[in-house]
Amino acid sequence: MSGFRLPNGGLIDRNQPISFTFDGKKYYGFKGDTLASALIANGIHLMGRSFKYHRPRGVITAGAAEPNALVELRSGGRKEANTRATMVELYEGLEANSQNRWPSLNFDVGATNSLGAAFFVAGFYYKTFMWPKSFWEKVYEPIIRKVAGLGTASKEADPDNYEKAYAHCDLLVIGSGPAGLMAALAGARGGARVIMADEQFTLGGSLLFEREEIDGKGGLDWAQRVIAELAVMPNVTLMPRTTVFGWYDGNVFGAVERVNDHVAVPPVHEPRQRYWRIFAKKAVLAAGAEERPLVFGGNDVPGVMTASAMRHYANRFGVAAGENPVVFTNNAYAKRTVGKVLDVSERKIVNVTGGKRVTGIELDDHSHVACDAVAMSGGWSPIVNLMCHRGAKPQWSEKITAFVPPNVGEAFVSVGAANGSMLLSEALREGAVAGTLKGKAPNIPSCHDETFVITPFWHVKESMGKAFVDYQNDSTAKDLPLAAREGYEDVELAKRYTTTGMATDQGKLGNVNAIALLAEATGKSMAEVGTTTFRPFYTPVSFGAFAGHSRGHHFQPVRKTPLHEWAEEQGAVFVETGLWMRSSWFPREGEDWLAAATREVLATRNSVGLCDVTTLGKIDIQGEDAGAFLDKLYCNTFSTLAVGKARYGLMLREDGIVMDDGTTSRLAENHFLMTTTTANAAKIMSHIEFCHQALWPDIDVTYASVTEQWAQLAIAGPKARATLNKIIDGAALDDMNTPYLAAREITILDGIEARLFRISFSGEHAYELAVPADNGNTVARALMHAGAEFGITPYGLEALSIMRIEKGHVAGAELNGTTTAGDLGLGKMMSTKKDYIGRMMATREGLHDANRQCVVGIRPVDVKDKLHSGSHLLKRGDAPSMTNDQGYITSVAWSPMLNMWLGLALLSNGRARYGQVVKVFDGLRNIHMFAEICDPMHFDTKNERLHV
Amino acid sequence: MLIPCPHCGIRPVEEFTFLGDAKPQRPQSNDPATMDQWFDYVYLRDNPRGLFDEYVHHSGGCRSWMVVTRNTETHEIKACVPARDYKKKQS
Amino acid sequence: MKYSAFSIFTNALSGHKNWQPAWRNPDPKPAYDIIIVGGGGHGLATAYYLAKEFELKNIAVLEKGWLGSGNIGRNTTIIRSNYMLPGNNPFYELSMKLWEGLEQDFNFNAMVSQRGVLNLYHTDPQRDAFARRGNAMRIDGVDAELLDRDAVREMYPHFDYDNARFPIRGGLLQRRGGTVRHDAVAWGYARGSDMRGVDIIQNCEVKSIRTEQGRVVGVETSRGFIVCKKLGLAAAGHSSEVAAMAGIKLPIESHVLQAFVSEGLKPFIDGVVTFGAGHFYVSQSDKGGLVFGGDLDGYNSYARRGNLPMVEHVVEAGVAMIPALSRIRLLRSWGGVMDMSMDGSPIIDKTSVQGIYLNAGWCYGGFKATPASGFCFAHLIAKDEPQHTATAYRLDRFRRGYMLDEKGQGATPNLH
Repeated sequence: MSGFRLPNGGLIDRNQPISFTFDGKKYYGFKGDTLASALIANGIHLMGRSFKYHRPRGVITAGAAEPNALVELRSGGRKEANTRATMVELYEGLEANSQNRWPSLNFDVGATNSLGAAFFVAGFYYKTFMWPKSFWEKVYEPIIRKVAGLGTASKEADPDNYEKAYAHCDLLVIGSGPAGLMAALAGARGGARVIMADEQFTLGGSLLFEREEIDGKGGLDWAQRVIAELAVMPNVTLMPRTTVFGWYDGNVFGAVERVNDHVAVPPVHEPRQRYWRIFAKKAVLAAGAEERPLVFGGNDVPGVMTASAMRHYANRFGVAAGENPVVFTNNAYAKRTVGKVLDVSERKIVNVTGGKRVTGIELDDHSHVACDAVAMSGGWSPIVNLMCHRGAKPQWSEKITAFVPPNVGEAFVSVGAANGSMLLSEALREGAVAGTLKGKAPNIPSCHDETFVITPFWHVKESMGKAFVDYQNDSTAKDLPLAAREGYEDVELAKRYTTTGMATDQGKLGNVNAIALLAEATGKSMAEVGTTTFRPFYTPVSFGAFAGHSRGHHFQPVRKTPLHEWAEEQGAVFVETGLWMRSSWFPREGEDWLAAATREVLATRNSVGLCDVTTLGKIDIQGEDAGAFLDKLYCNTFSTLAVGKARYGLMLREDGIVMDDGTTSRLAENHFLMTTTTANAAKIMSHIEFCHQALWPDIDVTYASVTEQWAQLAIAGPKARATLNKIIDGAALDDMNTPYLAAREITILDGIEARLFRISFSGEHAYELAVPADNGNTVARALMHAGAEFGITPYGLEALSIMRIEKGHVAGAELNGTTTAGDLGLGKMMSTKKDYIGRMMATREGLHDANRQCVVGIRPVDVKDKLHSGSHLLKRGDAPSMTNDQGYITSVAWSPMLNMWLGLALLSNGRARYGQVVKVFDGLRNIHMFAEICDPMHFDTKNERLHV
Repeated sequence: MLIPCPHCGIRPVEEFTFLGDAKPQRPQSNDPATMDQWFDYVYLRDNPRGLFDEYVHHSGGCRSWMVVTRNTETHEIKACVPARDYKKKQS
Repeated sequence: MKYSAFSIFTNALSGHKNWQPAWRNPDPKPAYDIIIVGGGGHGLATAYYLAKEFELKNIAVLEKGWLGSGNIGRNTTIIRSNYMLPGNNPFYELSMKLWEGLEQDFNFNAMVSQRGVLNLYHTDPQRDAFARRGNAMRIDGVDAELLDRDAVREMYPHFDYDNARFPIRGGLLQRRGGTVRHDAVAWGYARGSDMRGVDIIQNCEVKSIRTEQGRVVGVETSRGFIVCKKLGLAAAGHSSEVAAMAGIKLPIESHVLQAFVSEGLKPFIDGVVTFGAGHFYVSQSDKGGLVFGGDLDGYNSYARRGNLPMVEHVVEAGVAMIPALSRIRLLRSWGGVMDMSMDGSPIIDKTSVQGIYLNAGWCYGGFKATPASGFCFAHLIAKDEPQHTATAYRLDRFRRGYMLDEKGQGATPNLH
């Protein structure tokens, strides 16, 4: 070991050495080290380069607020950029690399930026890089983007798993220092369900590194006893390595647990991290306070750090930051640090010498003192963040020269240093009181209090070198007055203009200093300047944690119909339709989708085809007022529908625009079965529930979604009836017992209950057969068997689409959320005799404008031309322009029946233009052709095939 | 955000869908002279900053439509009642 | 004082002590010809064009907080002109053209960066919808390309093509789309207006509007009563509140939209990309952070913050699109107040009160419209006639049935 490791002491296990690499070189540390402590132990103080000036940097802190020591951890798909070395638990084989430097950390070409520092002041880029005009995009910006950012992210997929979980508790304690431990103890002994979370891998908070005395023993000793007591209580959950990152409505807390970040590779079946949503009846913020740097020349040279960080490295990790440190402070507390003390009231540091490591300091009396480390303390800022996440602002306290948390109510309170209470006895007492939910508070142990005296002092005006406020973004003491001078006086404007507080540390160390400098520059008080807005996330959270298991194939659930197995047997190709996998075509050897779909259409129209139509929404509606209810929902009438019949229905939104269509059947006087489109099934269900419960709560109707309970097949073609007759029980189907639009409850295959609807989307003599889902595959196979003699052919969504387009039936592409019944050619369906959703708004003049686009049929003038959905239409002689735009093609199909491409379109005043030739505009696909407008029904115009 | 469903107890916001202002009442008449009322109902909104009655659907739970009274500035929830009860109270 | 590399050089020599304030901080005068309520992007742009384009004087912008404290200060910075309805895209294309000349125009580097906006599609119906949209752009001479999967893969090889739940099938690309540094837009317009005599009054909240016999007289503010001849309302998410002061009820609901930024990274994604199988869109700022967002939380809100479920939805969609995002960290989340209109399109129109003009209903798409919104609103206020690209943005379009509904969702603001 090199000379910076102290011979004994620290919470490290000197019997467990660990090897790791940094920038390719191998080093050793101990179990219990962080990467930062191990690096310092090995004499490495240069750990990174700053964003703008590429200044050589070392650690300023020993914890989560670290702005400088950011490394790229791991490699390949596990690489994590911008990882704070102070928060990395050392593990065997750890691989870390410094960032934002080239070619190396020691010799970084980017450091030449410092030479231009006079020009690169706050906001300089807003004033330049504008000329010549083309240079911004071609020259300046590419360079700026290349040097921007800090670490490099991997572009490979992350191989690790993440979990999401919920937790409920009576008491959530955030922080496990003296205040937090007392709160948890108080709550737990009173029987409350307690969760105590701490971002560190060892519980104990400041007691891990401050030499305190509690209850007559060492502070750490006392802490370990309390933790041991809590660890065996069944109503207590201890969560180290867990950062509570946000406070949300309902006293909900977001947290991330680093389950396996301290090993090289997580064990199989364990997540790397776990994201928690914690629902707490009460929460206690015992997060402590953050020590502030002082702002003076050279306050960023490696070896300059906060005084508490220096104590932290010494007492917790057994690492000396230097051999002869100097302590520069405005408060008494820092004087417990080992070193030569300089109080700001006596002497000030104006510069620190040494580029990559402190070699000495220059004082305001022009003297020079040799030293190799500087412990600075500008005071303490309670870590108020979480309590300000819901909009409240912290309050300025003259007493401790800091911002303290706001009062946000009884459900979330702060204790100890987080509350601005700087004495240990206060922390213990406040924790005990806050954590006592039932009964008496536990006894408060005695302790030794270190008095807290502070002289408000922020920056050394006489500074010679650069004095940093925001370390990571390189904003200096000069930037804040400059911002004020230029009119960016408000703290939020100054933040944005100087980028102070906008780096990955979100201003934990620098914001209060910035406020002080701004106050000085504007003549306002600290309270008047105020803080910027605190927002989640307290420390950065990985995308993976929020994604959990919803990755790759598991991003969304897969919905399969009850006929999926049968379709697979038949060789279906499935395509995503929302969450569903729908069979789209059934290719035979050598067929592409078009060849397969063409064959399926011909087979169906010439004989018989079989199609899975289960995904269309099915809603069972019953009750005395069911018919009246449907009359409210549909624009046409259903209360008059005879029992045993089906009817096509059109549903409008209250604004008069078409919402959905479907076929609804009456199975009994008070029993209807509604169908919807696949895409709108859920929406219509919610709509029905709303209309009943909110609009007409007194009517007698109940309803249930039965989409998944029934497998539904379309059997279409001249041989459809003959096929069905081979499987139905009882009398064969004929035009008497099952006329067009019949809806019957029957049984098939010796007693399987079924529903039979003689309806047709294809235009053929067709039926839809619904059977309970579990029977789906059996019935489908039985139909295939029954229809074998007729050459029955399974057909998919593509063939279905071709057939409906040949028949001019509108579907989703035409029901685009802006078309009216009139646009669709269905204006006559709108009743004038009853109230229904959308009736009144549908009368608005704009919805009847003669220039509205309405559904027409379209065919290429040259039958060899192909039509494309999305092409626009122009009058023959018109030049392309938005004002000349007449509409667009909505649906296209290769028609095996007419041997040409054809489709449907929405065309301005279209119904008056049958026979007209229009120009097709398609700039995307570079198409130049003409098309003829016609009736949407391209095929079997008298609907004769329905009755074959 | 947690919503106190009268049927299911306190449930997290992800189980619910929101539809907007529950105050506007659907007019009863189809007389063209009432078009202004219909227009108001469908399109115009108070959109208050403060207490607000909104339609909420427990789509991930009991499927009830309810009216939640919530402060749109602080998100604090004051009440949650079934929509039918709210509507009855309105009339 | 003109901004330039030379001015930086000379100022550096004098220790940067001689920079002039970018804008004055005047007290409000007792009266103005025109008052704009709202010192955000649109309000400031309006004042700028009123002064520059229409050469009007005696104008004030009243901002209740600090300059640019509204949505201009916290958006995802995207600019594009890929709308499809005839009433919409010419307006956004006007905006795009104004963006392209903006920096030279107002002498402030807003970092207009046209690195392309790519909308991914995953199904045939989506492709068809994008074809319709792309052709609507092309028919008017606006750039659009329909890319297939291979072309998308060439642009962005690290997206998920092989393991996805909803495989990427292609995308609609507008190469001229991109991003702009949002704060700089507010500051540039503010400086440009101030330079031309506009008074920008910060910390001045309008408390009530005084009208007499159907005409505006002035506004009562936290800094006193101010007379005006014309009053332009550009209060975005707070439009309903301000309009109510004049007895006007709007077809608008205010909703929270969350947005996020990641830690700063070396170049990871070049342009703007939107996912087609979930609510997620992303770009990378010039500082290196990934700026991204998704959908509204869904409930009316003025709180400027949202809740965790939407954070999860957005991130899940992001990781589905780019698996490598998993290891990157979210740094900060924020929320804004969106003025969601009843058809998803804005309103730039006179109102029933003489002298009061309304600019509202921008939903979450107001940023890209900033220049055109300012220009057209200024035109309307100056000439009492709509600018020709904004004629469809009438308030009475809802009553008359001429909605501009790009998404086809109807009178449900939170679906737009």
